[in-house]
Amino acid sequence: MSASGGVTPRAESRTRLSLRVNGEPVEVLFETYKTLLEVLREDLGLTGTKHGCELGECGACTVLVDSRPVLSCLLLAAECEGSHVRTVEGLAQGACLHPIQETFADLGAAQCGYCTPAMLMTACALLEKHPSPSRGDIRQALSGVLCRCTGYLQIFEAVEAAERRIRENSPGGSEGGG
Amino acid sequence: MMRCGRFHYHAPRTLRDACAMLQDAGSDGMLLAGGTDLVPNMKRRQQTPKVVISLRHVAGLRDAGPDGNRVRLGAMLTLSDLTAKEEVRARHTALFKAAAQVATPHLRNMGTLGGNLCLDTRCNYYDQNYEWRKAINFCMKKAGEICWVAPSSRRCWAISSTDTAPALIALGAEVALATRDGERTLGVADFCRDDGIQYLTRNPDEILTQVLLPIPAPGESSTYWKLRRRGSFDFPVLSVAAWIRRPPEGRVEAARLVLGSVASRPVIAEAAAGLVGTTLSEDVIEAVAEEASRLAKPLDNTDFSLGWRKKAARYLITGALRELRGDDPQTLGPLARRAAELAPVG
Amino acid sequence: MSSRIAALDLQVVGKPRRRVDARAKVTGQTRFADDLFLPRMLHCKLLRSPHPHARIRRIDARAAVTAPGVKLVLTGVDLPIPYGILPVSQDEHALCLNRVRFVGDPVAAVVAVDEQTACEALDGIRVDYEPLPTIADPEEALTTPQPRIQPYGDGNVHKKVALQFGEVDAAMASADRVFEDIFFYEGSTHLAIEQHAALAAVDPDGKLTLWSSTQTPHYVHRALSRVLGISPAHIRVIATPNGGGFGGKSDPFNHEIVVAKAAMLLGRPVKICLTREEVFYCHRGRHPVLMKLVTGVNGDGRIVAMDLQTLLDGGAYGSYGVASTFYTGALQTVTYEVPRYRFRGCRVFTNKPPCGPKRGHGTPQPRFAQEIQLDKIAVALGRDPAELRKSQLAKPHALTANYMRIGTMGLGECIDRVVAGSGWKNKHGKLRFGHGVGLACSSYLCGAGLPIYWNALPHSGVQLQLDRSGRVAAFCGATEIGQGSDDVLANLVAEVLGIDPFDIRLVSGDTDLGPVDLGSYSSRVTLMMGHAALQAAERARDLIAQAVSASLEVPASRLVFAGRRVFDAEAPARGVSFAEAVQRGEAMHGTLGTTGSYTPPESAAKYKGGGVGPSPAYSYSACVVEVQVQPETGWVEVEKIWIAHDIGRSLNPVLARGQVEGSVYMALGEALMEEMAYRRLPRHLSGVLVHKFPSLLEYKSPTTLEMPEVITYLVENPDEAGPLGAKEVGQGPLLPVMPAVANAVYDAVGVRVDEVPITPEKVLRALGDRESRRCGPKSFPFIVWPEPLKVAPPWEGGDGTAVNEKPRRRKEGVLMSPDVVQPGLAPHPSTPEAGQKTESSESSPEMPEVLR
Ligand SMILES: Cc1cc2nc3c(=O)[nH]c(=O)nc-3n(C[C@H](O)[C@H](O)[C@H](O)COP(=O)(O)OP(=O)(O)OC[C@H]3O[C@@H](n4cnc5c(N)ncnc54)[C@H](O)[C@@H]3O)c2cc1C
Ligand code: SF4
Ligand code: FES
Ligand code: FES
Repeated sequence: MSASGGVTPRAESRTRLSLRVNGEPVEVLFETYKTLLEVLREDLGLTGTKHGCELGECGACTVLVDSRPVLSCLLLAAECEGSHVRTVEGLAQGACLHPIQETFADLGAAQCGYCTPAMLMTACALLEKHPSPSRGDIRQALSGVLCRCTGYLQIFEAVEAAERRIRENSPGGSEGGG
Repeated sequence: MMRCGRFHYHAPRTLRDACAMLQDAGSDGMLLAGGTDLVPNMKRRQQTPKVVISLRHVAGLRDAGPDGNRVRLGAMLTLSDLTAKEEVRARHTALFKAAAQVATPHLRNMGTLGGNLCLDTRCNYYDQNYEWRKAINFCMKKAGEICWVAPSSRRCWAISSTDTAPALIALGAEVALATRDGERTLGVADFCRDDGIQYLTRNPDEILTQVLLPIPAPGESSTYWKLRRRGSFDFPVLSVAAWIRRPPEGRVEAARLVLGSVASRPVIAEAAAGLVGTTLSEDVIEAVAEEASRLAKPLDNTDFSLGWRKKAARYLITGALRELRGDDPQTLGPLARRAAELAPVG
Repeated sequence: MSSRIAALDLQVVGKPRRRVDARAKVTGQTRFADDLFLPRMLHCKLLRSPHPHARIRRIDARAAVTAPGVKLVLTGVDLPIPYGILPVSQDEHALCLNRVRFVGDPVAAVVAVDEQTACEALDGIRVDYEPLPTIADPEEALTTPQPRIQPYGDGNVHKKVALQFGEVDAAMASADRVFEDIFFYEGSTHLAIEQHAALAAVDPDGKLTLWSSTQTPHYVHRALSRVLGISPAHIRVIATPNGGGFGGKSDPFNHEIVVAKAAMLLGRPVKICLTREEVFYCHRGRHPVLMKLVTGVNGDGRIVAMDLQTLLDGGAYGSYGVASTFYTGALQTVTYEVPRYRFRGCRVFTNKPPCGPKRGHGTPQPRFAQEIQLDKIAVALGRDPAELRKSQLAKPHALTANYMRIGTMGLGECIDRVVAGSGWKNKHGKLRFGHGVGLACSSYLCGAGLPIYWNALPHSGVQLQLDRSGRVAAFCGATEIGQGSDDVLANLVAEVLGIDPFDIRLVSGDTDLGPVDLGSYSSRVTLMMGHAALQAAERARDLIAQAVSASLEVPASRLVFAGRRVFDAEAPARGVSFAEAVQRGEAMHGTLGTTGSYTPPESAAKYKGGGVGPSPAYSYSACVVEVQVQPETGWVEVEKIWIAHDIGRSLNPVLARGQVEGSVYMALGEALMEEMAYRRLPRHLSGVLVHKFPSLLEYKSPTTLEMPEVITYLVENPDEAGPLGAKEVGQGPLLPVMPAVANAVYDAVGVRVDEVPITPEKVLRALGDRESRRCGPKSFPFIVWPEPLKVAPPWEGGDGTAVNEKPRRRKEGVLMSPDVVQPGLAPHPSTPEAGQKTESSESSPEMPEVLR
């Protein structure tokens, strides 16, 4: 059987993979059955990404893969060869929080904080793609992440406030993540 | 943490290789597209492939573009790719609305058109963890003897829950299937079968490579209405795809009406013939809706009660037809607003 | 109300501020239980029963024990001592001993090198069951005493309570109108997005540490000590920040005990994280309650007597059930004046996951009933529902018929705010068909006046430690479940000491490091921990002020603590930095540390059962909901909500609003779509009773697209009983929403849905029922009630005791308390302690054969 491509073809149970995580090249060897969620949390020590069902039904495991919010619990890690994965750990620039982190913190958008990484990553992708989303756009974009604590309204407001901050701070255009 | 069982993973780069691997793996193999159906099913042990063949890196499966009087859409286009295409939104409204209402934005970023068409049929007794199914001693669709929905039945009644298939049938689309030895095309309607277990006419060694969609002629319009409890996440419990050809100010020349999530395949409503030659007056719409809704014979295997789903079917069909007549769905009540809702941001 | 508190000049409290733990949350650095990884850590999985009710005959775990990577297999015999949250229902076993009681009851545990291996090894355990008949619902439980699900109670009735305050029958007979209605409130679950997880490890010194996503580390601590038989002084429970709790993490759980035992046996850390399905089996959520409410009113709608019966479906275990049962009756009197009141409640066992406390614990159900009935009364008497309510509000600073002591009472203002904000007067009864508004009110407690274990100990303690750097550390056993308890602690200490909340190092939720706080339940933390924090901080301030006063030669009473300085109020330039002030304090007094604690005032309810309901203060809410209902389908869309909450004083308005909106959200789920549904397969084929769909997809939690606009009003009317006047806000605002939705549906289309969830099916059914114009339960089963305890209300000369109660010794007072246990690793007495009637769940000592 001829398997080809970047993923090392192996009959055994482990896969070796290179990808970029939060801007840094990473190489990791992991059990092939694992999803990106499991590899991030268990093999790369990035526990900022959460899980609430592991079946695609809550959105808590959202990460950005090549700038799009996806569910890391349904994405086999083996599928991520060469991808750029961004997680909540990569949101701040050094000690400086991303505007969306600032507004989430200030405006009560994180209560228990469990859905927060997913909400942040989703909102971040939205703002990168649509610099001035309407409330309706925000609602739609975040409709893939459940929050049991907030009732969402303070989350919407935090996204709107972040959008304003980004706009005010960079008159030239939107701030992009790599 | 729910985890997949152990399997071998292959990531072919060419369609040829993929076909070969699929054939070699035989009944142990399954194709992986976006994984949003297969991965949960593997975690719940509904599907337990020993060999997983990923289509992600296969060249050409994400292509899209015109081909004569048709549009070719690669099977590996994600649903977000699809809804981002201006021509899909503008010309193939039913497909656009169907794709835009699948699951959640996140799942649409992952789920593919091909995967959506091949989506496993669903049932409350089947889409459960291994342990739960063990408690009911499984069912006919996987590892068991009996159908809990219809215990005296000899077949499985699991429901076709794909959003795009009814839309594509209404739009008259075809699929292209490739094997190591060649390719065939067939209508989406013929691709689906009314059996909860063997719900596709796809041969085990075939890969769905493309969807072929006719470019609409002037006067053609379509829509898709979906019923579900929540505006996001939920699979359709009922859906209506409708297509008509009607010159401006004229009479309907042709019509198709397809119901989704009422059987193990999308169901074509012959009642649509009743629209032809009419101007879609209220009487006509109601008569057609009444007749078509009789096709909805809900079973107790999805959300909402049976009786209500039947009533809702009529309402949904009426609404979709009114929309095609030109009524503004915003004026058709909260359920209509929701059913007609678009997901603008992907 | 108190002008003293109301007039306080506050620096920190009341200002909208970033919560102290926000940074950790937005950077993903908050460590939830499953985020913990320790070297050499092993993983645990539980094998759960596929039978709803069965005897375990035999367990053959040999294949699992020998599987590669498996380190340990445990079964019930390894953990034979029962436990449970309430002293009166110690009916759970960490692993079922000889009987399983619902699908999902744990039977065995596997510990292995990784979770996948543990999972695979479960298949290697063969359990031989002898199935028993099952009980699916309360009616069945009432009529089927055998087989018994639990060996205590009466047949399958767990508990019956009956209380009567005043001559209800006579009052009812004299009423101008009597309204009798039957309501059903479906069960629902908490659905915190974080699944329960726990990690146990043996410390270098041989003691045991358990990290767990629990709301009640103190009670987990007790249960571990009891079941493992080791001194609580050698057990440390750390409540990791909870990824949502809502009451669902308030019981000690089997998985916590199992990993603790495994870690002790293996000498290695052992972790477990439940799957979503397993979380559904932990449950402890809202009890399904059938209610019959009879209310007599006079001509203008004032209540003259109320008679309430409730029937609770408890599931298979006791959990908080006895308290839940009392709660279905306790707070009816706190909202409106109810001069005479009879309450009878009954909880039964069924073969389903146990119910327990969910946000609002036991009170949303009768609240739903009462608020809809009031709406019906208003319609019948042609009165405005808002006016009807306002005309009979419970009086502030008064005792109710059942001896609840009300403090401040801001419900009238709450009603005014939502009525004005929503334009109620122009909408109610006036919108076009299909559109409507509904109003409802509620009240809730600010912490239970009595602890679970009756004793004289404080309910909450705070310890402060200050050092010469100016650093203040606050230690408290309270648990951060997202509600912001850490923020309250920092807030209040900072307020008193004149520093910034971020200056404070917080240590919470750790039984080793902080004084006991009973836990994050019954909306008790802000009030109780708040008082303890204030006391500790005031004591620290006094010590520091004494020293600064001496060195600056300014009377201590003139010193102000503000802006990280301590200075003379009359000459603000004359002062020192806070750090300098602490140094002077340390120089004068030696190492600085203070404590504070809180014990609620004694309750006026002296009768048996009066332990549930009393609280230092009550919060109030009023809500108006606007809906659109589509008559063709019955579809209900909530368009906008106005809600006012009497919070006493809001400590941090950002968080307070978040609690209100979060409550509204959860309430809307219950009102419209959430449901713990079960099904029994056809009896001739199987008869198995299963949760219909234990998944996040099919348990319908509203998404962003279902959440309507919410206008929140915080009514601030400081209550003497609360810290700086603060009352609760975490649970109360949930209560009025469900009945307000039901009342709005009535206003829109003229039909009553007397049960939740209010689904389109039910609305359509009601619309189709030309006669009754209603959908809801039709009858309440006949229950043989015990003679109620008769208590004369205060206005009839009562003193809070029951006239027909046998004299009681306060035997509940002597329960397990850590200080009676000898130190050292000597086994803790496994027999029930003296004076306590413990209900063990195993009637027959017959144990299954276990092969390993
Ligand atoms: C919470 C949740 C909600 C959802 N809601 C909806 C919904 O509302 N509507 C809806 O339609 N779907 C829904 N889905 C299902 C799924 O996300 C979509 O149907 C998606 O489009 C499936 O595509 P995929 O690429 O992820 O499929 P995969 O999971 O990769 O594959 C699905 C099936 O198709 C086969 N397959 C995939 N590609 C091919 C191919 N090219 N040729 C042959 N066989 C192939 C696979 O072997 C597998 O059996 C939901 C899923 C989840 C988890
Ligand atoms: S329809 Fe019957 S056989 Fe098919 S999945 Fe459902 S229960 Fe199983
Ligand atoms: S963990 Fe719930 S969607 Fe991934
Ligand atoms: S903040 Fe708790 S789940 Fe969203």
